[in-house]
Amino acid sequence: MNGFHDMGGMDNFGSVVDEANEPVFHEDWERSMFALFIALIPAGYCNMDEIRRIVELIPPATYLDTRYYEKWLYAIEMIALEKDILTLDEIENGQSSRTEGSNIRPAVPAELFELAAKQRSKSKIDLESKPGFKPGDIIVSRNMHPSHHTRIPRYARNKRGVVVEDNGIFLLPDTRAHDGPDIPEHVYTVRFTAQELWGVDAPIKDSVCLDLFESYLQTK
Amino acid sequence: MINSKHSKPLSDVQLRVKALESILLEKGVVDQNTLDTIVDIYENRVGPHLGAKVVARAWTNPEFKNRLLSNGAATIAELGMGSILDVQLVVKENTPTVHNMIVCTLCSCYPWSVLGLPPNWYKSFPYRSRAVSDPRGVLMDFGLALPTDTEVCVWDSTANMRYMVLPLRPEGSENLSEDELAALVTRNAMIGTAVVSVS
Repeated sequence: MNGFHDMGGMDNFGSVVDEANEPVFHEDWERSMFALFIALIPAGYCNMDEIRRIVELIPPATYLDTRYYEKWLYAIEMIALEKDILTLDEIENGQSSRTEGSNIRPAVPAELFELAAKQRSKSKIDLESKPGFKPGDIIVSRNMHPSHHTRIPRYARNKRGVVVEDNGIFLLPDTRAHDGPDIPEHVYTVRFTAQELWGVDAPIKDSVCLDLFESYLQTK
Repeated sequence: MINSKHSKPLSDVQLRVKALESILLEKGVVDQNTLDTIVDIYENRVGPHLGAKVVARAWTNPEFKNRLLSNGAATIAELGMGSILDVQLVVKENTPTVHNMIVCTLCSCYPWSVLGLPPNWYKSFPYRSRAVSDPRGVLMDFGLALPTDTEVCVWDSTANMRYMVLPLRPEGSENLSEDELAALVTRNAMIGTAVVSVS
């Protein structure tokens, strides 16, 4: 989706401001929000691609106007509704309003958390599959504008680049974010020159590398 | 987990998080011990001090550095570090002619296993928007002016690889121990928005 989250190359957001002695969390609710979010992953309710899809659906004006962990709050509330974990009434009031019909799995205990998180977040696949490209190949990224979630930013579409690495096989986020079929694809690191991406005024030696799924690419 | 020392009214967001936490605990969707464990990991156990240790080891042990650059995830595991989520650490080495810089333009992907959670600026719109199109301008925001003949390579984390920069070892650090070297390495240097110097 060509959403506001896809902001590589946009102007006028101002300077980058580095906060001195920045704490890990600025407010207590951020700490709570972070822990709730991470705790839901090992239980297998949702994957990261689904979370990203939901965050990307936040309307542009709201996306720009909400703090980072507010987007996570929104995403978790939406996931809880989508997956029938909570009702809207329960989310709004923080109190249980039903005992049946909800899709709740046992909580993952602390001692199993790390193991379960690793397993449930797994998206690298051990599979023999012939790669369509190899390092050194010149490719052109597809001129694609899907209405669904995707991980190829707009600035890197329909551009000529060089494959620098085959990172192995991963599940395609475009379908995984939508509860769709698991599609394993090679993911390549592709180098684009800054001039290819941003025009002849860009410094001649500079470049940007992205990790792109095979179906985002075609031979030149 | 709302702090009782705050006497001002809770904001809407605070109330919503509190409601969500209450109901998820009540229904047994999440476990309080697990929440505490997660906070402990990311607030106390992982952070840039881990990445700094990896960098100092790479500066002092060429064999370790070679393995780190060819397989970041397996090599940090030797030091007892690793990602909780299934992502792959990739380390990019700065050289006298190449300067690397990490960004996630689409969201906020970051090498948690070695740097902890990202600072706000890394997740901010100014950084996400300009790091790919004007990296040298962004570096100027950090007070870093690179020579025009340096090659700037930006790594946009669009899939499962999580990048970290291995900064250049600074001049004048030849006689320092591994621990002393680690103390010089900053978080920003491992993202690529700073260089390491002997202060």
